[in-house]
Amino acid sequence: MLPFRISQQGSGEETTIEVSEEDRVQTWPEDARLTVVGHGHGRLEGNQKVTGRARYTYDVRLPGQLYAKVLRSPHPHARIERIDTTAAEQLPGVHAVLSSANAPGITWYENSSLFDTTVRMIGDEVAAVAAESEEIAEDALRLIDVTYTPLPFVVDLESALQPDAPKVWEGGNISQEPKVYDRGDADAGLRDADVVVDETFTTASVLHNSLEPHGCTASWEGEYLTLWNSTQSVFTIRQEVAEALDLPEHRVRVIKEHMGGGFGAKQIAWKQDVLAALLSRQAGRPVQLMLDREAENLVVGNRPSTRQRVRLGAKRDGTLTAISAELVQARGAYLTGGEASNVSGIYQTLYKCPNVHTDETTVYINAGPAVAFRAPGHVEAAFALEGAMDQLARALDIDPVELRRRNYAEIDQTEDKPYSLPEGLRLCYDRLTEAIGWDTYQRPEPTGPKRRGIGFAAHDWAAGSGHPPAYAWIELNGDGTADVVTGTQDIGTGTRTGLAQVAAEELGLPLDRIAFHLGDTATGPYSPVSSGSATQASMGPAIRAAALDVKEQLFRVASTVLEIPADRLSARDGKILVDGDMSRAVPIEDIMGQISPATLHGRGARGPNPSDLAIRTFGGQFIELEVDIETGEVTLHRIVSAHDIGRIVNPTVVDSQVIGGITQGIGFALTEGRVIDHRLGLVLNPDLEEYFVPTIADVPSIDHVHVNVPDVKANTTGAKGVGEPPLIPTAPAIANAIFDAVGIRIRSTPLSRDRILAGLATAAEAASQKPEVPA
Amino acid sequence: MIATPPLSSRIPVTLTINGRDHPLLVEPRRTLLDALRHDLELTGTKKVCDMGNCGACTVAVDGQAMYSCLLLAVDCDGRDITTIEGVASGNELDPLQQAFIEHDAFQCGFCTSGQIMNLHVLLDRHDNPTDEQIQRTVTGNLCRCGAYPNIAKAARRAVELKAARPNADPVPSGGR
Repeated sequence: MLPFRISQQGSGEETTIEVSEEDRVQTWPEDARLTVVGHGHGRLEGNQKVTGRARYTYDVRLPGQLYAKVLRSPHPHARIERIDTTAAEQLPGVHAVLSSANAPGITWYENSSLFDTTVRMIGDEVAAVAAESEEIAEDALRLIDVTYTPLPFVVDLESALQPDAPKVWEGGNISQEPKVYDRGDADAGLRDADVVVDETFTTASVLHNSLEPHGCTASWEGEYLTLWNSTQSVFTIRQEVAEALDLPEHRVRVIKEHMGGGFGAKQIAWKQDVLAALLSRQAGRPVQLMLDREAENLVVGNRPSTRQRVRLGAKRDGTLTAISAELVQARGAYLTGGEASNVSGIYQTLYKCPNVHTDETTVYINAGPAVAFRAPGHVEAAFALEGAMDQLARALDIDPVELRRRNYAEIDQTEDKPYSLPEGLRLCYDRLTEAIGWDTYQRPEPTGPKRRGIGFAAHDWAAGSGHPPAYAWIELNGDGTADVVTGTQDIGTGTRTGLAQVAAEELGLPLDRIAFHLGDTATGPYSPVSSGSATQASMGPAIRAAALDVKEQLFRVASTVLEIPADRLSARDGKILVDGDMSRAVPIEDIMGQISPATLHGRGARGPNPSDLAIRTFGGQFIELEVDIETGEVTLHRIVSAHDIGRIVNPTVVDSQVIGGITQGIGFALTEGRVIDHRLGLVLNPDLEEYFVPTIADVPSIDHVHVNVPDVKANTTGAKGVGEPPLIPTAPAIANAIFDAVGIRIRSTPLSRDRILAGLATAAEAASQKPEVPA
Repeated sequence: MIATPPLSSRIPVTLTINGRDHPLLVEPRRTLLDALRHDLELTGTKKVCDMGNCGACTVAVDGQAMYSCLLLAVDCDGRDITTIEGVASGNELDPLQQAFIEHDAFQCGFCTSGQIMNLHVLLDRHDNPTDEQIQRTVTGNLCRCGAYPNIAKAARRAVELKAARPNADPVPSGGR
């Protein structure tokens, strides 16, 4: 039994009680000689994925399963006056129809409901049908007659802020109290500066476009509901769906085996999760409700568009005297839960600066709701801050990396806490400049219309530390194999493999003798949502604790069998060693065979993070590219990336995460952006034809330079998260490289050809009008 | 308004999938993709965009890589169809499948079937394709996890593995 602590804070109604379990596992030291952790290994589920046998939510097929489709609002803002579903109900093959006429009144999105009679965006749910095939369900939707009264709408950030703008909600278009942060006096800092950069940047709303859409299959057995759900958090879905349906949590089971991507948008329950359950109950048959690509891109999340005015003040030597940022982001028609999209954060923490002001306003528009998207807030803000820093470096004629070194933060200035690995970002700077040969770097000469440039950007990220509560169980079987049982989920990132490696290391078992279980609320203990790059760092320590627990029991058994004190025993490579001597090794299965069919059961909990340290991830990127000044085309040549993510548990999988994050960063920088027709409120590219995600031809050589310094103060494994960080510096590094190549600063994403050509034209015009300098 | 055709208007079709004949009754509007996924429960072929933009549903039809979401099942009667489920020989993985695992050429795996099917057709035709041919082959296969560099490496590795197999096709280098 682990030490268990109950702490109480506050009093009266404000009381919060927290339970935590101290982690008694010894942290792996920085130079620990580990045999499984730290070594590359292919994904444990690889075979299923390359043979088509991996079962995703979309692939669930149950006897009698029906298929559901949702009728969605064609208006960005309207009142539903009348809805008639009679014809749809009578269509052969239709088994359930739901709309505001018959659905239970379930509150959703603040003061809205599951089927609200006011729709606030194109795509809002109006009715849902379950039928024997997708085709019949589509036919049924066409038979539903709805009368709408269109209402005034607004779909862009700037218009929504105007005083006479149509109101998305009665209370107006400001969705939350502006978030204001002040440290020191930024105005004074700007006055004291020798140089001030004052730039306004905008970023486009981008769409997650996970290849597997959101959706689920619902099936009832009496009062018990099972939901197969494409989600980043089986336990969040269980809690939110149970609450919406007024069910106790133990009557809801959520399963997620494999998932075709989430990127932040699948960490909360969405309407279809409840709709599928209601349709299934009405029909008395299992119902699958997967969104089509258009709905996926309209209603279940996006990265919000932003406008950011950034002012940086600095002394001649580069010392920052002030950072001031006025920030606006468009949240869409509804506020959603999950990981916050904090655009202010990076301004407050990335650089050492005594005077910081941020002011963040969130705005409603009549469009799809924003939700966390891989490093939410930081990706948008890094584009602006790191662009402004590049501008500052040029204004001061200081090397851009040197400027960042001169403003190095070793503490979290918002909480006045030292970082757990204060040298982390500096190590990234060192490795990156070395890898690219920065000290002697020479830009290749222009060839024809092609101009070469290189850009740099740094980042921090507020997450990656992992956190409690998180639990794991390990069953050591009679034949010396182990089942690691958790309630976490693999969202496509390699969770099974990285966590199984931690178990194998601690148990002293080869990886192929471990089965890793996850993604089922009925069989595994609570695990947190897979967001905030947290899974490895949350679950790893819990799994180590469970492994230690079961290993100690194994040593007790072995001690009896071998007649050697338990404290002289250790485990490695499937064997029990006496005094660390491999020549006196006894196979674990021989020991377990003595007690079989009894098994040993270990239990582990994630201990708390240190209260006196701030745990963060850091990094940076160099990007080399070429701009064609005749066509505006940008061709990426090389990306070098380094990140302080603590100990690298599985370099194979981590490299893939880095490459993948950067690839999404390339899309955010160069080609991606939701386009809305302002007159119609219509999203013009809710598909994969006109919405341009990067293809294989868009991705250059990407080198991940391993920093790989275990963060031994962070948790017992020394590993931090890698999922989100690599995407953060990509767009500003590309924008800075474009400036380096052609001398124009594009302040809006996507950094499209038309913007580059317009920038080049403006620059050429300005140059031609420059008065001649007298000789 | 479109009414559902009565069941009797379903049309008999025989789909030859991975070497086996499957007689089916399908609506004329049912795509090959839906016939695979629903009528035959061959769910390895994935639906992502359902309009020919992403490549996830790629299968081989008479030796050509095709988007199964853009084919009607009734048009595939008598055609020889290979899906991801038919790429391995029993439990022995195809060189491409093996190379995809070795080179970590996927993360979530949702695009993987389509990537492998497209490359499978390429490697059937060319013993030693150029890097450009490999890239061009999967340019239409979107991968949101961004496994692209590893997909290219895996394809290259599969060429080696294939050449090393004892029963490798003795077609001269360069293919046909």
